[in-house]
Amino acid sequence: MNVDGQFSNSIHGPKHPQSVGYTRAQKVVFYQSGPPLKLAAGGKLAPIEVEYETYGNLNQARDNAVLICHALTGDAHVAGWDENPEGPLRDYRRNKPGWWDEMVGPDKPIDTHRFFVICANVLGSCYGTTGPMCFNPTTGRPYGLTFPMVTVADWAALKIKLLDYLGLQILYAAIGGSMGGQEALEIALGWPERVQRLIILSAGSRLGAQGLAFNAVARHSIINDPNFKDGNYYDGPRPLAGLAAARMLGHITYLSEESMGHKFGRRLQSKDVPDFTPIGVEFEVESYLKHQAENFVARYDANSYLYITRAVDYYDASVWGEMDLARAASRITARLLVVSFSSDWLFPPESCRELVSAMCRAGRTVTYVDIPSPYGHDAFLVETTTISRLIHSFLSI
Amino acid sequence: MKKNEQIGHSTDLPPSIGELRTFTAYNLDISLAAKVQELLNTHASAPNLIGRWQDQVILDEIPSGSSVLDLGCGAGDLLFQLIHKLKVRGQGVELDSQAVLKSIDRGVPVLNVNLDLGLVDFADQSFDYVILEGTLPTLRSPLPILKEMLRVGRRGIVSFPNFGHWRVRFDLTIRGRMPITRGLPHGWHDTPNIHLFTLADFTDWCAINEVNIKGAFGLTDSQVQPLAESDNLTVEEALLFLEKG
Repeated sequence: MNVDGQFSNSIHGPKHPQSVGYTRAQKVVFYQSGPPLKLAAGGKLAPIEVEYETYGNLNQARDNAVLICHALTGDAHVAGWDENPEGPLRDYRRNKPGWWDEMVGPDKPIDTHRFFVICANVLGSCYGTTGPMCFNPTTGRPYGLTFPMVTVADWAALKIKLLDYLGLQILYAAIGGSMGGQEALEIALGWPERVQRLIILSAGSRLGAQGLAFNAVARHSIINDPNFKDGNYYDGPRPLAGLAAARMLGHITYLSEESMGHKFGRRLQSKDVPDFTPIGVEFEVESYLKHQAENFVARYDANSYLYITRAVDYYDASVWGEMDLARAASRITARLLVVSFSSDWLFPPESCRELVSAMCRAGRTVTYVDIPSPYGHDAFLVETTTISRLIHSFLSI
Repeated sequence: MKKNEQIGHSTDLPPSIGELRTFTAYNLDISLAAKVQELLNTHASAPNLIGRWQDQVILDEIPSGSSVLDLGCGAGDLLFQLIHKLKVRGQGVELDSQAVLKSIDRGVPVLNVNLDLGLVDFADQSFDYVILEGTLPTLRSPLPILKEMLRVGRRGIVSFPNFGHWRVRFDLTIRGRMPITRGLPHGWHDTPNIHLFTLADFTDWCAINEVNIKGAFGLTDSQVQPLAESDNLTVEEALLFLEKG
């Protein structure tokens, strides 16, 4: 499967020996009593429910835990088949396994025979962890835009809270792609003593101006949907057109010129002659984006899209070193693997190298690979052969 | 078919006396021709090749616990040994992504970047040793990397095939062909070595740039031996330990 949810030929059903099988979302509520979570951008939040999944078994020494951090529209359901895909946004789970099923399972690169694998949904999302779609206990209504601004730092703090709850002092590894890479990085910066290995795929220490611009357009289209109503749309029609446009744009940024040209070219959609109309779907690429957008709006919440893209915008790891990234990087004690993909234009190789270079300036050893790939930002989910080998090797030593 | 055969040029064929006569007939340096003749007589058969002798010298010379940056580390063979035998803090840099994957397979930290593009920063004097083992001739801009080596490292280690070796000279002057030797095994069309130089060229550079040669080894007569600057004709491959003066 790639980001857009397409099936690969090697999909493993729940009975396959390399599948983690049927999975069940787990829930825990933090900050029910005592002080609330103090958010990095100011503000407080309580209580906070966290949805997470785990696979494999924790060993006696409690030192075989691997934390996986999901990307922008991802969830805690990394691998296997949701045994109960109920809920307004979870229908998509009926026909496919978790988003990184190729990588996580028995005898897979993140081997559940060996590792206790954890993934938790981020704060502000719409997949079980508290977010703008959830009811605010003080008003009895969904938070909407009254949800406080949450940041990557808050996600990391909440992950640590979950690790404490699970009795995990040490992570054998923290792994994430794209936004998940930034969250994993944040954990390694904030709690260096708890992360032994850090794997960051298709992510840098901060988003560049082009990435900020993409996110701005995505939010603009949501906010200006007539159904948006300042985020108070939960009891009426949802701002689906705006969210669809945001997803179409996002999707383009996950691909590359080369992969789109190869996949669609200028082919027309199910016709030999165009209809010569300014509206309607003429080209295959149009049809594809429309289809992706339709799937997406059925499984995502517009307010979550606003909050999470904003959190990614704000993220800059160099705050740990008073805006000097090398100083920040000197905090990291984990063995670090950074992977970029040649055609990624959301986190291009040069942006991934900023972090690598900072580690070098900080006198740390680091492993960095730039993988030649036509698949753009999506490559971290598509180039499974190379990623499998890298992760397997890096986790072996 | 091997590459050498494809271009009709074999490395280890001893030159014929006829070829040597041609050499002298062109009225080139007679004393050099005589020296080459003498060497040819001694080395009529192909030399026994010693694989990666440089690695062994480096392993012998570097104190354990050092920090080492290997620029152009390939699949990380040397660093792997340094890390495991001498407990060094090792960092590799390699352009070829397949070689990088092999390094990672064996747990050697490596950066997949192009040295010629200067893509990674290292702090001044942040490594005890910076190694350029056979890398220098492959670089588009060798001099900035040499300077960088002595900025980042307290010592530099440079090894290279000596283009002043008699066999190379013979191939060029007598055969009129690009040399193919142990240290320079590629054909003219597929060699990664784009900046070739002799031991004398390199020691000149050192003198001009106030770089001290603190130790020198060479592959001479198929044996690893300490090297003198005057060995330009006889040393096949050189390995120098350098320090900024």
